[in-house]
Amino acid sequence: MDTFRDKLVPVTSILLGVVILWYVFAVILNTPFQRDLDRRANETSTFSELIGKTLSQPKPTLPAPHQVAVNFFENTFLRPINSNRSLVYNAWVTLSSTLLGFAFGTALGIIIAVGIVHVATLDRSLMPWIIASQTIPILAVAPMIIVVLGAVGISGLIPKAMISTYLSFFPVTVGMVKGLRSPEIMHLDLMHTYNASGSQTFWKLRVPASVPFLFTSMKVAVAASLVGAIVGELPTGAVAGIGAKLLAGAYYSQSIDIWSALVAGSIVAALLVMVVGIAGRIVDRAMGGRPA
Amino acid sequence: MNWLKPSWQAVLAIVLCLIAIALGAPSKPEAAALADPTASFNYPYLGTKGLMFGLAVLAALISMVRIPPLAEAVVLFIGAHVVAWLLISGIAGFEGTALAPYFLLLAAAWLLGWRCVAVLSSLRPLDSSARTALRLIIPAIFGAWILIIWEAVTRGAGIPFILLPPPSAIGLRIANSLPVLGADVRQTIFKAVLFGYVVGSGAGFITAILADRVPFLRRGLLPIGNMVSALPIIGVAPIMVMWFGFDWQSKAAVVIIMTFFPMLVNTVAGLAASGHMERDLMRTYASGYWPTLIKLRLPAAAPFIFNALKINSTLALIGAIVAEFFGTPVVGMGFRISTEVGRMNIDMVWAEIAVAALAGSVFYGVVALVERAVTFWHPSVRGG
Repeated sequence: MDTFRDKLVPVTSILLGVVILWYVFAVILNTPFQRDLDRRANETSTFSELIGKTLSQPKPTLPAPHQVAVNFFENTFLRPINSNRSLVYNAWVTLSSTLLGFAFGTALGIIIAVGIVHVATLDRSLMPWIIASQTIPILAVAPMIIVVLGAVGISGLIPKAMISTYLSFFPVTVGMVKGLRSPEIMHLDLMHTYNASGSQTFWKLRVPASVPFLFTSMKVAVAASLVGAIVGELPTGAVAGIGAKLLAGAYYSQSIDIWSALVAGSIVAALLVMVVGIAGRIVDRAMGGRPA
Repeated sequence: MNWLKPSWQAVLAIVLCLIAIALGAPSKPEAAALADPTASFNYPYLGTKGLMFGLAVLAALISMVRIPPLAEAVVLFIGAHVVAWLLISGIAGFEGTALAPYFLLLAAAWLLGWRCVAVLSSLRPLDSSARTALRLIIPAIFGAWILIIWEAVTRGAGIPFILLPPPSAIGLRIANSLPVLGADVRQTIFKAVLFGYVVGSGAGFITAILADRVPFLRRGLLPIGNMVSALPIIGVAPIMVMWFGFDWQSKAAVVIIMTFFPMLVNTVAGLAASGHMERDLMRTYASGYWPTLIKLRLPAAAPFIFNALKINSTLALIGAIVAEFFGTPVVGMGFRISTEVGRMNIDMVWAEIAVAALAGSVFYGVVALVERAVTFWHPSVRGG
């Protein structure tokens, strides 16, 4: 009951407020254009007619939620999955490079973190650069990677996955370094009294201690990875993927298409974060973690 | 053998040098000249080849003698960088002709540089200013070696300019197109980013205070805010471009939306950071909501707020640059990147990225400096 009162009611009421505000703004923003249309057609519409028309324009300034929902439903469930207008197809294109990049990024991040924790020289020389590189707008590099790799004949999945890798390995590295260093001196001393070797300390103490940190940073990384894949689709000239749908919608002013692509991207993001969260909980339980 | 202390980097560097000498000519013209002694060829490293190998081996040998670590580091530093400099300046005019010994010598110099960093990072000076200097020098050497290897490999192997221009060409391009870069920075950073950053962070902050005042709002907004931070918000860029036109206003709008939620979530978390004891103390002083907020809870929330400001400084730049991919007037960093990529002027793209990186670091640095000044009482600042 408490979660119902403390969470569900406030969240749903605020979401409801957002939807109502959305409708109000849809009417307000679409009215000028509708007035213009009416004047050209020499029609005078009453207030309620005007509202009805503003909510059903083919290329509205702000599409109403139900227009987006209908478009999303049509493009998701009613189209054949291999059609390039299908949102499932486009989401899959984006998802595949996201996952590939995320897998590489996580692996790379873990390797770098292990290196930083074990080699003092790397810690002192590489770590400042990793932190500094987070202040750099990496995403700006995306179009160059795509076009340059395309010029040497590498196109399709790999360049997009590279951008995702780039974006997702920073959070994993930083989180893993923190996690591998999280065992207290007391625990390290205990391993020492057991005469544990370096690799034993690593596998039996440092790795288990770092798992919660790993999954927390993987949640950030998977979201960043999706952003990387979407932005990576922009400069390829809108072939396929959620980013391509956004760009095509922007070119042809298909605002409803843009919004439903956005919805699709958001759903993919939420699902990815959720899957990583669930995986984290399963691993935690399998390792014998108790709920705090 | 007490005067000797071998290190694997130095030994390996010497071995690499010996292999390189055994392999012979470090570049194709020289190999051609050796094959045909009668013809006169002009080839790189006419006079400096012996010097380079000698210097590398000498530095490696000296570094293994038991001398003070600082002297060892200086010897290695000079040896590694002079060799690298001779190597890179020698290849000028003969790009793309390097053979295996060239790369072996580069690897040897890099190993010496690594040894230098390793020696430096094992130093534990007592003086605090020396420690600070060391903390700056070590990553600086590492960064310099990335540039050196980049330069030496792109020039030595003759990697096509379109694929990866050497850093020197990028530096030259920056120096030659300062007015264009300046105009782009003015359009993207001083108009779109700063305006969006201030408005977005400010709106997030005010909403957080509001949410703090109304618990119902907080319970509803926090889960939504947390979820939104995982969404690809950058996707609203085409919509904003449709609504607000091609100029900087649409980019500022994207930046506002991107910076709003991190600020909201962090500020709400920060406002809960003050302890029970302190709040009770304020209550015994009969302090109302606003005095408690200003005198206790906002200062306690400052580290969280600055964390959000730091996150936002990067997000704002990304938002503005990516939004420009969807349409701009003919100026701006994102516009320049996407058009110059299309024209295969990769050095200009790199120049723009270098400027963006510099701007991002400066932006972040300014926020961090303000943080140090404002949260001077916080343990993480006081202790450092």
